[in-house]
Amino acid sequence: MAQPEGLLFSKEHEWLKIDGDVGTVGITDYAQNSLGDIVYVELPRVGHEIKQFGSIGVVESVKAVSDLFTPISGEVIEVNSGLEADPALVNRDAFGAGWLYKVRIKGLNEKSALLSPSDYDALIAEAAH
Amino acid sequence: MNSTPETLRRTALYDEHVTLGARLVPFGGFEMPVQYAGILKEHDAVRQRAGIFDLSHMAQFELFGDGVADWADSLTTNAVGTMKRYQARYNIFTNERGGCHDDVLFYRLANRWLLVCNASNAAKMWAHLKAHNERPDVRLESRHGQAALIAVQGPKAVEIVAPLCDGDAKDVAELKYYFCAEGSVDGTRAVVARTGYTGEDGFELFVDGADAPRLWRRLLEVGKKYGLEPAGLGARDMLRLEAGMPLYGFELDEELSPLAGGQSWAVKMNKPAFAGKAALAAQLAADDYQRIAGFVLEGRVPARTGYPVFSGGKRVGEVRSASIAPSYGNRNIGTALLPKAATAVGTPLEIEIRGARHAAQVVSLPFYKRER
Repeated sequence: MAQPEGLLFSKEHEWLKIDGDVGTVGITDYAQNSLGDIVYVELPRVGHEIKQFGSIGVVESVKAVSDLFTPISGEVIEVNSGLEADPALVNRDAFGAGWLYKVRIKGLNEKSALLSPSDYDALIAEAAH
Repeated sequence: MNSTPETLRRTALYDEHVTLGARLVPFGGFEMPVQYAGILKEHDAVRQRAGIFDLSHMAQFELFGDGVADWADSLTTNAVGTMKRYQARYNIFTNERGGCHDDVLFYRLANRWLLVCNASNAAKMWAHLKAHNERPDVRLESRHGQAALIAVQGPKAVEIVAPLCDGDAKDVAELKYYFCAEGSVDGTRAVVARTGYTGEDGFELFVDGADAPRLWRRLLEVGKKYGLEPAGLGARDMLRLEAGMPLYGFELDEELSPLAGGQSWAVKMNKPAFAGKAALAAQLAADDYQRIAGFVLEGRVPARTGYPVFSGGKRVGEVRSASIAPSYGNRNIGTALLPKAATAVGTPLEIEIRGARHAAQVVSLPFYKRER
């Protein structure tokens, strides 16, 4: 399963897309598939300062509650308001319409701690064994 | 369950689950499908069309002899002796404190009885039955792990299953709810019962493990045009909760009596002595025991088992089961164990979720009832 190019990944299965100093964050297709039907997403509030790899919310599937971590530090500037009415957007389009929040990135150098698409592929291939 | 991955057992249908792409999880000592296409899709298939479930992990015990009804009546709360031939009946094995060893189904056949126990209680129940059987006119046999159980549930179940039935089971379309027949399904010897745990019409097919894979594939094949889909334990749990049916370990356990668990309809106090009768009589007289009630949350945040429940600002109980409920307006529902005073329909509750309290209220069970 090839990951979309141009994204960075965390070991906790979040993706990050960087445009200048704005990062868009979501969970990976692998993550949504493992979770199953997503019924609720709890996101940080706009204006909230978040720290790389910190726990900042939850994703709830029918069967379980999973912590949401952030791949990068910064200030939350937007959350995906569509998820409140339709959390299954994350299941249907994890890398697109199911994005979670946008962050004004504080330290771009933090991205060196994230994985490339091929590194992330290797990580989930290993998890499958 | 205490099973480690090494000791997990597989049902006769294990290979079918793998072929269908099921996600397998340990349950009751078996590796069982929790979902195939997804819990919500499978739930929808059962409510709108039909779903097929592998329930071969459940313990099947066979009871023989003239003393079975009498003996079973002494260990359970519901009536066994009044069951007609080919009738099925829900029942509860109680301990001396009135708590539940297990909730089960009895099926009375021509010259034997079938007792179906929860997989999670299989070993405990087998030991309990053996320890309490000193009667020469009752003989017990465990078929756990050898016998298979396939359920077809949903409004299309009759159209799918009935044409395959033959012998004494050929008229299963006319079978009343909670009755069964012994005959064949697609040439396979089977007990065909109009029972289930989903709140829908449907059948449970008791067959030999060796015959199960072929029958499973055949049912999927003939069910295709009706929209039959394989459904896992995740959908089953959601369906049963909506239908207000208890799950052992949640609404019933060794400390929770059938009265507390909302199953007083299955407690026959007019029976002669049975295990726990005195304790249940005392509970009934005092009427002060904590009991299960249904609740619905106001917001979109789901509750989970174990979350604290508040009433009038005071912590009064905890959530026992919870789910999103597609058949109840996609609301977040559940059951909670509460003091009697907090169980009246309409009572406002608060449920603590990650430190914040969320408004909920008591509603009557079941959440879902099919139109007949």
